[in-house]
Amino acid sequence: MKSVVKGTSYVLVHAPDMLLRNGTTQTTERIVNPDSDYLKKLPEHIRSYDDALSYLPNQAYIGNLDPVALREHEQPWFDKKYDKADRFGSFGEIMPQEEFYFMIQAADEFELVRLEKGFVEEYKEKFFANPVLTDLIKDRIHDGIEKEALEKLLEDDAEGLYIGDRLVGAVKKAHDVDVALTSHVLLENLASKASNILSLLHLIKSAGLDPDEVDYVIDCSEEACGDMNQRGGGNFAKAAAELAGFTNATGSDTRGFCAAPVHAISIAASLVAAGAYKNVIVAAGGSTAKLGMNGKDHVKKDMPVVEDVMGGFAVWIGADDGKNPYIDLEHLGRHTVGTGSSPQAVITSLVSDPLERAGLKITDIDIYSPEMQNPDCTKPAGAGDVPVSNLKMIAALAVKQGDLERAGINEFVENRGVPGFAPTQGHIPSGIPMIGHSRQALLDGDVKRVMIVGKGSLFLGRLTNLFDGVSFMLLPNEGIEEKSAVSGDELRKIVAESLRGFAQSLLSEEEDEQ
Amino acid sequence: MDLENQRRVKEFAEQVGPENLVVIIGAGEAGASALAAETVTAGDPTYAGPLTGVSLGLKVYHVCEDEMKAEFDEAIYEDQVSMMEMVIDLDEIVEQMESIRSQFTKY
Repeated sequence: MKSVVKGTSYVLVHAPDMLLRNGTTQTTERIVNPDSDYLKKLPEHIRSYDDALSYLPNQAYIGNLDPVALREHEQPWFDKKYDKADRFGSFGEIMPQEEFYFMIQAADEFELVRLEKGFVEEYKEKFFANPVLTDLIKDRIHDGIEKEALEKLLEDDAEGLYIGDRLVGAVKKAHDVDVALTSHVLLENLASKASNILSLLHLIKSAGLDPDEVDYVIDCSEEACGDMNQRGGGNFAKAAAELAGFTNATGSDTRGFCAAPVHAISIAASLVAAGAYKNVIVAAGGSTAKLGMNGKDHVKKDMPVVEDVMGGFAVWIGADDGKNPYIDLEHLGRHTVGTGSSPQAVITSLVSDPLERAGLKITDIDIYSPEMQNPDCTKPAGAGDVPVSNLKMIAALAVKQGDLERAGINEFVENRGVPGFAPTQGHIPSGIPMIGHSRQALLDGDVKRVMIVGKGSLFLGRLTNLFDGVSFMLLPNEGIEEKSAVSGDELRKIVAESLRGFAQSLLSEEEDEQ
Repeated sequence: MDLENQRRVKEFAEQVGPENLVVIIGAGEAGASALAAETVTAGDPTYAGPLTGVSLGLKVYHVCEDEMKAEFDEAIYEDQVSMMEMVIDLDEIVEQMESIRSQFTKY
């Protein structure tokens, strides 16, 4: 059975104060160099919600702007505004930080998160006005506690939640000595869970998903939850599914650095193809640690720190409906243990090997979606334009294989990819942001084949020097194949008629002999 | 440059002597190549890693520079690196690498 992509959602959370206080570039700097010029200058480079909202790549991420149209706007994009910007897009929304603190409180099951009373009174109605919110979420919001009580929590190692200098909430530690349950780790995990839930709520609304029909959820973010005896014990998936109202679902987590989402989708599609489950959701929340990751370079270049949003997404993989694009499970690409780390070997394993097995060439794919990092984030940090570099590598391999003229590399990059528009949140940009846009292009018949490529830097965990990557093709659905032309009843009828005929012939022979 | 890599380069320089060590860079961008080259010659310009304030002055080349290319088995270079040569802006990288070497390389 084919596994199809029935819907997608993409959300962003504007988190300027979490950037300042929880991003690891900033937390590290405060330890190593607390009086640095960077920390002094950083607040001047923080964007307002409105600036993050009208930012072109963010609007492309939530589905308000075709990423191809980003080409019409000269880079960099941080000094330009999208005139049709909206908080809500066809795939999701850009949630302001104030409302996200309510999501974090709603995501907490252990009375670890407390918001300030005045803050709750001020912003509760605004939060409740969000059309994707369910009663399950709204009913969990507390009235809040007094400011003095909140300040007392900070004295006991709680992590503060701020709007500018105003303390509006706190996340408590869950254990006195366990480093896996510090307030810093819990905030990181609850923020990931909360943005995952937000993605699931948008999927319900934008894709018309019935929460009762979900069988299984796979979380593919990059955080680990557990205690000191099982630091990565996990199941963000089931925790998020619970608050999304997926009563009939269970789930599990798939990890693999930035490659995890593509691994998770191939696993989800296999579960559906095998008939184990009918509806599997692959989802991930965002990362507080990566907020402002390249902030030093952005400040040095005197530009806004554009890594001020957390990302989230959800993809609904379902049984074949004869309509939605399907995942080609017969021709998955994979970087193996023996592949090697040279870019040439990597691109061959992820792109040209699966295509060759499918009897196709590199030039037979209409859209490639490799890592989709927003170049505004990466170029000032000396990492270049990541999607363009990847597209160039794919084109260069096509040249080596004799399927493309060398002079055609730039045209290939222009026509078979889109500018990067995803926040640099590790697992968020890795191939996945284009699934929503590509699904629509395949449904509209604008493209015939799309390849999604995820890559991961495993060596960062210090367990192996290996790199990783996986890929799959998204193809148009040409309708459900007709099953066997003869049904069971018809077959019985045919056999009965044959036997009757045979008996008749025997009878005739007997009569003749007589 | 990754803090762990800085630590390893520093250790190698102590083990074999800085005059006997060559750092080969494989970054795809001139900016990133220059940053790594500066780190192993003048010291870590980001003031974050073990090479902060440590001027090793090492010999440093990008893998696609002619000096390095000449050291390779041609077939291996073709198989492992040639594709990237089509992708990167080699002239810009060479210019940056030469600039770093002329300023900071001591050997």
